[in-house]
Amino acid sequence: MSRPTMARPIMAPWPLVMLAAPLLPFATLDGTALYLPQIPAAFALFALTVATILARRLPGSALGEALLLLAGVAAAYAAPLALLHQGYGLAQAGGLWVYLAGATLLLWRVLALLAGVAGPARLAGPALFGLALVMLWEILTRGFQVPAILLPPPSAVLTALSANAADLWDDFRQTVLISVLRGYLIGCGAGFLVAILADRLPFLARGLLPLGNLASAVPVVGIAPIMVMWFGFDWQSKAAVIVVMTVFPMLINTLAGLQSAERIQLDLMRSYGAGYWRTLAMLRLPCALPFLFNGLKINSTLALIGAIVAEFFGTPVVGMGFRISTQVARMNLDVVWATIAVAALTGSLLYGALALAERRVTAWHPSFRKR
Amino acid sequence: MPAAQPAPLTLVQPAADPAPRTIVDIHNLTLTYQAADHPVYALSDVSLSIAKGDFISLIGPSGCGKTTLMRVVADLEQPTSGAVTVNGMTPEQARLKRAYGYVFQAPALYPWRTVERNVTLPLEIMGLAKTERQQRAREQLERVGLSGFERKFPWQLSGGMQQRVSIARALAFDPDLLLMDEPFGALDEITRDHLNLQLTRLWLSTRKTCIFVTHSIAEAVFLSTRIVVMSPRPGRILDVIDCDRELPRERTLDIRESPEFQRIAHRVREGLMEGHSYDD
Ligand SMILES: Nc1ncnc2c1ncn2[C@@H]1O[C@H](COP(=O)(O)OP(=O)(O)OP(=O)(O)O)[C@@H](O)[C@H]1O
Ligand SMILES: [Mg+2]
Repeated sequence: MSRPTMARPIMAPWPLVMLAAPLLPFATLDGTALYLPQIPAAFALFALTVATILARRLPGSALGEALLLLAGVAAAYAAPLALLHQGYGLAQAGGLWVYLAGATLLLWRVLALLAGVAGPARLAGPALFGLALVMLWEILTRGFQVPAILLPPPSAVLTALSANAADLWDDFRQTVLISVLRGYLIGCGAGFLVAILADRLPFLARGLLPLGNLASAVPVVGIAPIMVMWFGFDWQSKAAVIVVMTVFPMLINTLAGLQSAERIQLDLMRSYGAGYWRTLAMLRLPCALPFLFNGLKINSTLALIGAIVAEFFGTPVVGMGFRISTQVARMNLDVVWATIAVAALTGSLLYGALALAERRVTAWHPSFRKR
Repeated sequence: MPAAQPAPLTLVQPAADPAPRTIVDIHNLTLTYQAADHPVYALSDVSLSIAKGDFISLIGPSGCGKTTLMRVVADLEQPTSGAVTVNGMTPEQARLKRAYGYVFQAPALYPWRTVERNVTLPLEIMGLAKTERQQRAREQLERVGLSGFERKFPWQLSGGMQQRVSIARALAFDPDLLLMDEPFGALDEITRDHLNLQLTRLWLSTRKTCIFVTHSIAEAVFLSTRIVVMSPRPGRILDVIDCDRELPRERTLDIRESPEFQRIAHRVREGLMEGHSYDD
């Protein structure tokens, strides 16, 4: 062997369950069960997967093996989609499901290999995991003909997404770009400022903290209709709901963060004759940053939930919450799912952006050192 | 709980010079911490007068109030009774005028600042220009043997290196009074010797006044003009030993072999043992 073998763990035997696939029916056509050799295209894909498993030690690196095995997994995931496309039935196709199960276990190994790889390939792991989940969802809902009312396949959601793109964009603008953004900024900003105030005036903190616990226990569905009555149908009522939901998490996190500076670090500032504001800016706020980000991250999801739920109680005829409530009533579940997809994506992107910013700004913090 | 405290033994040395300027004057200082269950007598009736240019070492067993005494001088702790003046001012006024540099018992570096920006922290507060700040940081880091570490972060340094950064930080803004709480406690013997030499040279050339806490008798004798031996429960001064009369101000490391040096070290040890005998 020309290259030194890197420490690659031995593959667990579980993916080999797929070798049982040829023994079971692989698909049905017009009620007759067909076996693997009777469907040449499926047979080719199956052979490809088995071949990648056999050849897995040939690539010199973990990344190489991961890519090779990934091709095998992709073939397995393509098989049911190809069969469905050609009109085969899969509900009684034990062999195919065994093949798919084996491939999914093989994906496990791919992910394990990628987790050990340095560089951007590491990031591919979580993406592949998500993609596989969506693929399985597609294959299972279509293979077992799950009614679209219960759970539409992702492809149907995607179709609904593009068919309703204009509406969904309007919803996104109304809910996220107007209500959430404003409510979030006002809520987090107010929480932060009140925290600074409460830090200067301790009696304020003592009075506010119990109130904070109370406020976080109030259900959104309770305050949302009240806020709609107070502030009307447009974004103001949504922003108000978000402010109520986000102000206290931010307040509590900021207060905790401001307390986190160590005594000796404070003494140092004191020894330089630094006053309150200078100590705040040069010591206590940097110390509080991890706590601030914690509050911002928690609030990013809270704000989205708050806006969507509040829209159930009254809104101009646009908005994600409005879309969900009206389309459910019309049994257009694919549009509902499309809206959910947009909301989930927005929430993850928001959270991800905050996490990235946190990583940049607090790289010195013990939880981020190294890596 | 002590029913009767042993009579405090306080010595105020008459100064050697005819009229040296007093920098720190501590008069009948008592400090009692109100702990949850019982009061802690951290300092009891301590009097000490420190002249300009003095190098005072505080030595004594753990918990005898060395740190507390320095913190009172630095206005980080309020005395229960007694009077302290620094440069003729109250400690608070002196602190606000940045009359002293304090090297804490732990490095107390800010982890989000690089080594260089930790050293320039006091200079930023004082409003110095950036080039001046960097210039001074470079000088002081070189003095403590940390050239080339400017861009590192504190957590990338060893404990001893971190402590040296904190010394550089205290030296950077060039205070007349240096308060150093076991600055070399975490260092190896050789680095410690090196920094001891550096410190006496710095002290000699700049005529700074130093108050220095140490657990090492040799270090105390080598560096000091006077050694203050303290004892715990309650924290008080047992003995003040003048080294200036027997040892020259300019010292090299081999002075440690001299009989005068040994004699002073012996007296310090005696004092420390006396302090310990109260313990049982
Ligand atoms: N903030 C505090 N609250 C209560 N007691 C304290 C406090 N700080 C110090 N003490 C007590 O005061 C006494 C003197 O403490 P100090 O830190 O001055 O000792 P030290 O001589 O510096 O000891 P070491 O050599 O271990 O650093 C100790 O008994 C300690 O427990
Ligand atoms: Mg101490």
